[in-house]
Amino acid sequence: METNKPKEARPVEADSASASEAGPSRRELLVQGSKVAAGIGVAALLGNLGNWALSYAAGKEPIKIGVLHSLSGTMAISEVSLRDTVLMAVEEINAKGGVMGRMIETVVVDPASNWDLFAEKAKQLLLQDKVAVVFGCWTSVSRKSVLPVFEKNNGLLFYPVQYEGEECSRNVFYTGAAPNQQAVPAVDYLMSKEGGGFKKFYLLGTDYVYPRTTNKILRAMLLAKKVPLANIEEEYTPFHHQDYQTICGKLKKFAAGGGAAVISTINGDSNVPFYKEFANQGLRAEDAPIMAFSVAEDELRGMDTSALVGHLAAWNYYQSVDTPQNKKFVADFKAYCKKNNLPDGDKRVTDDPIEAAYFGVYIWKQAVEKAGGIEVDKVRKAVYGSKFLAPGGEIMMDAANHHTYRPVLIGEILKDGQFKVVSRSKGLVKPEPWSEYTNPEKGCDWVGHQGTYQK
Amino acid sequence: MCLVEGQLTSMRISLGRTAAALGVVGLFLFSGPSLTIAADGPVAAPPTSSIEQALTKVTSEDESVREAAIRLLIEQGDASLVLRLEEIRAKADRSIRQAIKPLMDLLKNRAKLTSPHTDVRRSAAADLGSAGNPSAISWLDAARANEPNKWVRYTMEESAALLKLASDDPSITAAAADKLGELGSQNGVPALKQLVAAGDGAEATESQKTVAKAAGAAIDRIETWGVWSDAIETFFRGISLSSILLIMSLGLAIVFGLMGVINMAHGELMMIGAYATFVTQQCFTAWFSSDVFDWYFPAALPVSFFVAAVFGWVLEATVIRFLYGRPLETMLATWGVSLILMQAARVYFGDLTAVIAPGPLRGGAQVMVGVYLPYNRMFIIALSIICVLGIYYTLFRSNLGLRVRAVTQNRNMSACLGIPTRKVDSYTFAFGSGLAGIAGWALTMVGNVDPGLGQNYIVDAFMVVVTGGVGKLAGTIVASLGIGGLNKLIEPSFGAVYGKVFILVMVILFLQWRPSGLFAMKGRDVD
Repeated sequence: METNKPKEARPVEADSASASEAGPSRRELLVQGSKVAAGIGVAALLGNLGNWALSYAAGKEPIKIGVLHSLSGTMAISEVSLRDTVLMAVEEINAKGGVMGRMIETVVVDPASNWDLFAEKAKQLLLQDKVAVVFGCWTSVSRKSVLPVFEKNNGLLFYPVQYEGEECSRNVFYTGAAPNQQAVPAVDYLMSKEGGGFKKFYLLGTDYVYPRTTNKILRAMLLAKKVPLANIEEEYTPFHHQDYQTICGKLKKFAAGGGAAVISTINGDSNVPFYKEFANQGLRAEDAPIMAFSVAEDELRGMDTSALVGHLAAWNYYQSVDTPQNKKFVADFKAYCKKNNLPDGDKRVTDDPIEAAYFGVYIWKQAVEKAGGIEVDKVRKAVYGSKFLAPGGEIMMDAANHHTYRPVLIGEILKDGQFKVVSRSKGLVKPEPWSEYTNPEKGCDWVGHQGTYQK
Repeated sequence: MCLVEGQLTSMRISLGRTAAALGVVGLFLFSGPSLTIAADGPVAAPPTSSIEQALTKVTSEDESVREAAIRLLIEQGDASLVLRLEEIRAKADRSIRQAIKPLMDLLKNRAKLTSPHTDVRRSAAADLGSAGNPSAISWLDAARANEPNKWVRYTMEESAALLKLASDDPSITAAAADKLGELGSQNGVPALKQLVAAGDGAEATESQKTVAKAAGAAIDRIETWGVWSDAIETFFRGISLSSILLIMSLGLAIVFGLMGVINMAHGELMMIGAYATFVTQQCFTAWFSSDVFDWYFPAALPVSFFVAAVFGWVLEATVIRFLYGRPLETMLATWGVSLILMQAARVYFGDLTAVIAPGPLRGGAQVMVGVYLPYNRMFIIALSIICVLGIYYTLFRSNLGLRVRAVTQNRNMSACLGIPTRKVDSYTFAFGSGLAGIAGWALTMVGNVDPGLGQNYIVDAFMVVVTGGVGKLAGTIVASLGIGGLNKLIEPSFGAVYGKVFILVMVILFLQWRPSGLFAMKGRDVD
């Protein structure tokens, strides 16, 4: 059966390793260390050859795809999970016979959380490895850094993380949320009667492009909804900020009298000190709930959640989403991590970017099958308007703007680091890369127009 | 020792449980008469029929009937209705669910006013104040009479005054405004401002104007108090930040200040201390019962000190020893070590590393209206004082300290006099590293444990030591107080980002003026 082919390749690898080490002439010539190294090298080569030979024997060359996520450095904590997800999706697809009968071969590179290296590695993937598609990036700065490389070489990137919008590239498909699918509905919810009817908003973020742009949009939106300027406060902290005493003191004053909410775009390791200080200064989620856009299950599993319970987050997917395909997805992911001895094994959790990275691979697979080939221009057209039953429910790629229709879910943080969904959008929300509040005159369309256009 | 203490605690707890069980039995025995007493008391249970009627009317389509029923339930119902209402709510449609929600919240919060937990009582009182239902006033007043905790009483009084502020009777409103002013209640300010605005209107009635006057006076009082509480809190924040700066600079002051070694891996030694705390915590969760869980934290103190000290000792013996007198090479080599340690922590520990604050260090103490002092920060302040005293004793009152100071002042002469300078070097370095471990241990209480922990603090630590003057403990103390205090003074008006920039500029200018720092070494022993 074809299903077993990639697995059969492994015994070949192991056999050839022992065969090469058994060579007596080599043993006499080389010292112990270099011998082992050479053995491994030869084994890898033979293994690859064997792998290639097997798929060649089936009459089809494998399709190469690139994975561009940081495996070391500060972003590794978030991005390693996405690499695991992509590899899992590829394994699933290969187990079912690959794409159009061709196996998928992954080329994993490590840009080491260094955004110059991102561009370099992207170039290597596109020009040297000649991959058909790349799945990768997390931070906006890394995406901006690889963008010229993909545009110049007509590559294809699937980007799985929510971001600040204001971008419309022909060579990128954005499977995470645009601002109108996360930030804007989250604030809408807080202002609504069921969300608590909040009237004062404290926009607090880490000082870089995503929080600044998001807060620019939110400020425009709040002003458009007649929230007085005195009721909006905006503040930024440096990366890795640890001392939130003053800010929590200000917040306490701001929240006095009720009706105040905090919109947090605080990133990474500043979250724990912030939530701790918030609770220690006697503030409660009932006084001023914190609505976070960068805190998901994967971040929470490492935190002491006692200070976070009752606060909110906005995403398009949670591990707790109750669909049959999600139950399977979560179980598969845990099993995959356990089987491959990844850190924390079956204690791993899924979250929004993980889901987006996962269905991105399938959207690409469907498009390749529809287009009948891996040429970027054909695949791109085939992606437009395609649908997929993702773990969190069916999603749809936009017909022209390279973004994804997704549902919006507001979740409340529970003690175990999971979310209870407290509000859900009616159906899927159309992605708007250019916000109607800050850039009402701009639109994004690669079918009727050439990308960003003036309405 | 910890184990013994743990067993004692669990014994005490099991005794406590027995006592509680006896209490329950006692209550059960006396429950008969106590019920009849309750029936005559002020919170007399009304005839069940009217409540039953109201419960059926709650789901009525007619809004006025529904509201009347809800009013009746609020006045006469108690927490036992919550379950019934929950059932009704599950069946009802959206508009009715929304109508019942506030009723349920009120009843729940009323029940919580008599909860045994101070926090729960206080939150319930605050929620009742913001819910805006006047029936809660009598509940709050009744609960206040039996309330032992000062701050819960305060919140109850504040909430009652807030509710009275919405009264139709101008004399009650004015009295409530006075009360809020007297309490210094920030929560009252928005409502008071509305009253002032209403009094300023052109068609304001005479009574509105008197109320507005009272409200204006109250706002003035609240704001005056606000300025004071702000000042007190800012002072505390400054001290707290200074203590954090001090505790992470102490180890560096010894390694860099006394030995002249620029150890870029010092931050990673802090990280090792933090991870040692994490590992101790994991051992406690795995091996001991949850009753003694909180003891992991004191147990982690020696662990983090010794683990970091051993790492420092090994680092000194394998890398730094060969690079004495070559600061550039030392810097590069230790920087490399720091990168290795960071990535090793990332690979080994991943991101599942949270240190859960032990119970006594969670939350904060309210010392005055609007002034909270978090326990974790007070703890770090105390710890930094203890560390300074410990270092002072070690350096100036012990034999080892005498040798360290001798070697620092004149290495060759000390060697001639028979001091084993090599050994002294390695002990000093290990001691400084151990202090970094303690800093890491303490920092788990404010931040998180991650591989980048050291990087977050190392720049600040170097800044403090250099500003203070290399080689002077007093300089480090004064510099950390200065930098911490100044930072907190600037931050409220400039924000965190510019506050940090401002501090860096100040330090640069200061070092231009006094290149060798606050307390420069004087005399012939200067290198």
